[in-house]
Amino acid sequence: MIEIDRLSLAIHDTPILRDVSLQIQEGEIFGLVGESGSGKSMTALALMQLLPHGAEAEGSARLDGTDLLTKTEAEMCALRGNDLGMIFQEPMTALNPVQTIGDQVSETLMIHGAGTKPEAQAIARDRLNRVGLSHIGMESYPHELSGGQRQRVCIAAAIALHPRLLIADEPTTALDVTTQAQILDLLKGLVAEENMSLLLITHDLAVVADMADRIAVMQTGEIVEQGASQTVLREQRHPYTQALFEASSHQPDREDHAEKEPLLQVQNVIRTYPGRREGLFQRGDPVRAVDGVSFELHSGESLGLVGESGCGKSTLTRAILGLDPIQGGEIKAFGQPVGPDMPNALRSGIQVVFQDPYGSFNPRWRVEHLVAEPFHLMPTPPMGDERRDRVAEALKAVQLSPDDMQKFPHEFSGGQRQRIAIARALITHPDIIVLDEAVSALDVSVRARILDLLADLQTRMKLSYLFISHDLTVVHAITDRVLVMQAGKIVETGDTETVFTAPQHPYTQTLLAAAPKLEVA
Amino acid sequence: MRHLPYSLLIGGALSSIFLAAALISFLWVPHDVTDLVIANRLQPAGGEFLLGTDQFGRDLLSMLMVGARTSIAVALVAVGIGIGLGVPLGLAAAANRGSLLDEVIMRGNDLIFAFPSLVIAILITAVFGPSAVNAILAIGIFNIPVFARVARGGALSLWTLDYILAARTAGKGKVRISAEHILPNIANLLIVQATIQFSLGILAEAALSYVGLGAQPPTPSWGRMLAEAQTMIYTHPMLAILPGVTIVLMVLGLNLMGDGLRDVLDPRLRRART
Repeated sequence: MIEIDRLSLAIHDTPILRDVSLQIQEGEIFGLVGESGSGKSMTALALMQLLPHGAEAEGSARLDGTDLLTKTEAEMCALRGNDLGMIFQEPMTALNPVQTIGDQVSETLMIHGAGTKPEAQAIARDRLNRVGLSHIGMESYPHELSGGQRQRVCIAAAIALHPRLLIADEPTTALDVTTQAQILDLLKGLVAEENMSLLLITHDLAVVADMADRIAVMQTGEIVEQGASQTVLREQRHPYTQALFEASSHQPDREDHAEKEPLLQVQNVIRTYPGRREGLFQRGDPVRAVDGVSFELHSGESLGLVGESGCGKSTLTRAILGLDPIQGGEIKAFGQPVGPDMPNALRSGIQVVFQDPYGSFNPRWRVEHLVAEPFHLMPTPPMGDERRDRVAEALKAVQLSPDDMQKFPHEFSGGQRQRIAIARALITHPDIIVLDEAVSALDVSVRARILDLLADLQTRMKLSYLFISHDLTVVHAITDRVLVMQAGKIVETGDTETVFTAPQHPYTQTLLAAAPKLEVA
Repeated sequence: MRHLPYSLLIGGALSSIFLAAALISFLWVPHDVTDLVIANRLQPAGGEFLLGTDQFGRDLLSMLMVGARTSIAVALVAVGIGIGLGVPLGLAAAANRGSLLDEVIMRGNDLIFAFPSLVIAILITAVFGPSAVNAILAIGIFNIPVFARVARGGALSLWTLDYILAARTAGKGKVRISAEHILPNIANLLIVQATIQFSLGILAEAALSYVGLGAQPPTPSWGRMLAEAQTMIYTHPMLAILPGVTIVLMVLGLNLMGDGLRDVLDPRLRRART
């Protein structure tokens, strides 16, 4: 049905795609896998003719024999939404915040002349029911819905006119595992029911392994391997597929160094936020984001904290770092109380690496300055050559070159920035490092290398990690013990292997069942 | 090589012409502006007096040059007051978001915003007597809330970023983070706002001088040149047109420069332009 033949694409003379050829059959789920920058999204945008300015495409992309690349904008407008539907990664920004969801779904229908407003509204209601939103009113606004519900609205709008092909560009990357499983289920059901084809674009091999009939693996603008999913995953003929496969289930070499001496003690910690404002001088009941959490982090140990978004893990992180006050309980590091007023010497023992490799650095500072920032905690911060030597040492520890010191953060890739963030955390020689979703924003191959680095640093520097993540695979790979958090409470604690093989709490069981698995039959 | 936006080039050129004229006037003017020679009154343009003379025989070009000095000085100091007080207030409000301090600062701003600025300027000069200094104060006070709001708005979005959290884990306090991390990253917003406030300051100074509440005679000022030309607008229109056009070009130049600077300094617009 869809036939892309030797599609090449250049933007401002920079080649993006080279000779991409693929076919998608009627009613088929086609998985397009690759890391960021591999050109998988550009392939989809070329199909939709939604390419950025300055893009020049060669080759052909045919829908039922007619070439889409030669169509005018007006002809494409008739096709988009009608024969070709698309959903995007970020359901937060894909919907217009000031329009009701009913209007947004019926908009597509009315543009394509599917009927009068009441008719379009009726169809929209039907489509919203189909994607599992029968309990949500047409008059709801996007901000009243959760991320998963918003993605369902996007899907309802995309399938409103029963398109022949639905393109889903990383549809579940921004969602929690349990939500991801539901959305993938929904997409699978829709494909079977509507006899629609699905082009599923993702970086996650496990997602396509579960879903797709056929897979194409992309690397730097080229398709390096394609075929039936089981065949591709089993045979892994191209070295890149092998690398991707290895990285997805990468297990860094770790030794168990955990000792029984507790470095960090968290006892019955409660963190509340003031309630919503209900009037000029009134506030609602305070919200308990962290509700009676207790655990210990031992010296040399790697402790995982798992939970979905909104469970309170980031709030807990900030309390442990002594950034926010706590309303109950006690946090002690090295036997001393942790809080906003803790002494600098204590602070320098606990450092942190954040998730976003782009937001973690002041864009106007050079690497030397950035990495040296925690020196502020020392009574006599090293200056001049001594400071440079220390920064160089930290950069070498994370396998960057000391010459990188004079560069600005935008000159580095996501993985390199995360290394800089680790260097900054290491500079004061702390004992505890809190890793807040530190590898979640990275591509699988980069993630595997960062995990190796973390394991290596732990051995060499006798570090203790508190590893906070929603990604179960990663937590499984790097931690000794794991805590499962739900709605501000720790619901399960135990050795990582035990928890992952025999989860006790129903919530842990749900989480593990929902996580896509990379298994080859 | 990317070229600069035309608005910045044209605006910058216009503004620098007037700035240069003001600076040159300190060293040299064609004729003394306090020299009233009635014999030379209402000379046409050209000849000894390049742009002609007014009803007291003063050289118009010299008056425009010295007037530029007054206008620029008033606007500059007024913007300085706005930045000097408004930005720290805005940064303090953002650093203590939701606190009593934040409320006091921002509601204080609202209070100043609630008064029509020119009316208050007239009030201040009327109470304390008309002078350039009072004009500066009156215009400057109304710049404070503008800069406080811009600084707070820009700072609030930065405070949620990870590098601010990282700085806090490095033990840095609010003042230090505001100075080291926040201020440099909202500088572009402030620069653009400053050019806009600068042009508004020039307009305000002209308006105050026009009603006689700004710089006092014999100090020349564009606004008072307009006022003095009013009675002769039918017989000698050039007397009004020259200061009028000067004010328009100066304000236009500054606004264009502000537009252009925003294009250059805002990374989002920068990407869209290339």
